[in-house]
Amino acid sequence: MSNIRKAFENGKAFIPFITCGDPDLETTKRIVREAVAAGADLIELGIPFSDPTAEGPVIQAANARALAGGVTTDKIFDLVRDLRHDVNVPMVFMTYANVVYSYGADRFIKTCAGIGIDGIILPDLPFEEKGEFDDVCRQYGVDLISLIAPTSDERIAMIAKEARGFIYLVSSLGVTGVRSEITTDIGSLVKIIRENTDVPVAVGFGISTPEQAAKMASLSDGAIVGSAIIRIMEQYGQDSPGHVGDFIRSMTAAVHTGRDGHRL
Amino acid sequence: MSEEIKAGRFGIHGGQYIPETLMNAVIQLDKAYTHYKDDPRFNEELTQLFNEYAGRPSRLYYAKKMTEDLGGAKIYLKREDLNHTGSHKINNVLGQALLAKKMGKTRLIAETGAGQHGVATATAAALFGMECVVFMGEEDTKRQALNVYRMRLLGAEVIPVTTGTATLKDAVSEAMREWTRRIDDTHYCLGSVMGPHPFPTIVRDFQSVISREIRSQMLEAEGRLPDIVMACVGGGSNAIGTFYGFIPDKDVRLIGCEAAGRGVGTLETAATIAMGKLGIFHGMKSYFCQDEFGQIAPVYSISAGLDYPGIGPEHAYLHDIKRAEYVPVTDDEAVCAFEYLSKTEGIIPAIESAHAVAHAMKIAPDLSRDKIIVITISGRGDKDCAAIARYRGEDISE
Repeated sequence: MSNIRKAFENGKAFIPFITCGDPDLETTKRIVREAVAAGADLIELGIPFSDPTAEGPVIQAANARALAGGVTTDKIFDLVRDLRHDVNVPMVFMTYANVVYSYGADRFIKTCAGIGIDGIILPDLPFEEKGEFDDVCRQYGVDLISLIAPTSDERIAMIAKEARGFIYLVSSLGVTGVRSEITTDIGSLVKIIRENTDVPVAVGFGISTPEQAAKMASLSDGAIVGSAIIRIMEQYGQDSPGHVGDFIRSMTAAVHTGRDGHRL
Repeated sequence: MSEEIKAGRFGIHGGQYIPETLMNAVIQLDKAYTHYKDDPRFNEELTQLFNEYAGRPSRLYYAKKMTEDLGGAKIYLKREDLNHTGSHKINNVLGQALLAKKMGKTRLIAETGAGQHGVATATAAALFGMECVVFMGEEDTKRQALNVYRMRLLGAEVIPVTTGTATLKDAVSEAMREWTRRIDDTHYCLGSVMGPHPFPTIVRDFQSVISREIRSQMLEAEGRLPDIVMACVGGGSNAIGTFYGFIPDKDVRLIGCEAAGRGVGTLETAATIAMGKLGIFHGMKSYFCQDEFGQIAPVYSISAGLDYPGIGPEHAYLHDIKRAEYVPVTDDEAVCAFEYLSKTEGIIPAIESAHAVAHAMKIAPDLSRDKIIVITISGRGDKDCAAIARYRGEDISE
């Protein structure tokens, strides 16, 4: 069974997204450990890309800051090696197809498996193109995470049937970023997904408050939050780990409500 | 993998590397295009727009003075600069706008580098009564201020893009982001033979009018096909338009001229075939200028229209199978050619097109007089005059 399933074993999952190397990798390490202490169930680590076409301004800026600070794929692999000494929650990478492709899909994914990365999210790799990456992922036991969007319509069944790890349900049209309101009928999308797979579904894009996170998690299996965390990192820089921890604590408290006995 | 997707491949290049949110949009576009491309009424309407509105066919002009001056091969110029809006971009835009209208779309969005594609899109939007938003790198809005004004005059909204290098690649990224925000009423009128399938095919087909005309005009003028056809290459739309009809004619050499900026081997270049490696970006697998970790390189060229870190997937394939040759041309060579064609033939080419003129100036003298070269002059150079003056140390205002 996929290690990612562990994140969903105790009920609804809270999944924070953190851009690696913003503002530096030492801070990233502290943020991840704070996130785990605050009850995060799965950590989504962003490998920055120069031209992140699925991101809104907040995460774009984080990518630019991290790259300007000299972060590379190899340095992020070292970061994960260090974190795996004490971090036991599942961790996945979020990056763009070219970062994996240029490293060599086999070399990249083999390394992921070796250092304890459980899955990879590539927002510019749709179902039709996943073959050359998915074959390698299966070989090394790393889950290639499938994304489903509000526009997926009749594609949902096809995607859900081959999904592994968890399904990243994109809440809204557009790019990542904080939204005051999510108008998509998430419940209906989740229903169609559930008719086709028992892989857990987590909702992301636009979630920034504990209320939104609780609502999205109640309609699915979990909530993913990126831009709202990155904004804290942008504001506090090297002093952000404690602030990020406080924020995640408020989110996990909302999402985990109703769990039998808090895990931590 | 389905046949439909294979149809979007050029060898290993091409594909559809885009967010799931856009997949149904490109699938619908593919279906609509597959339907209309063989529809006689659609093609009649498009031909009428080409002829009556854009002023096609464009002239194939024998450059007698340039030929005599260089003393070698006979040189013809395919005058896409004479089209309405001043460049080849109108060919693709009229086709896509007509297609978008048939699909019920009411809004066009586009990226632009030099502003030629943005102006063409704004023009078609005005003609068809559609809303228009153009994304342009902030750096380029400065280099091409006149075109920004033209777009606004035509009723388009121009949004300066400040992210990344604030040039063409960032304008493409921002247009893609905008498309994911608003799909229902919006068609992304992509300006080059790049991006996800079906764009490289659609844009190629609409631009291939260039090579169809060259063929018939050349047969009429010389009773034979040219020995070489050449064009500048950024994403590669005027080049593929120039090449496409000649791909089966193995005796016709196809030469694409890339922008080498300050030179291949420097960091300030945009010569993708010379410097790039295989990658996945902006919806396609192709060659890209990038670092060892796959970060897209901040490319540079004096020409805002060629200042792009990738190349269309069909060009990548023509390079792989050695059917076309791709050569780098520096800023300095292009500026010299810009001045040369102006003085010699009284034709001011776009700085983009001047890259092709520059390479012709290199090779024509060594070819015998019975050889024929066709250079596509993709656009007119009025927009570049201020920038070239600045390059020469003369500070003029537009």
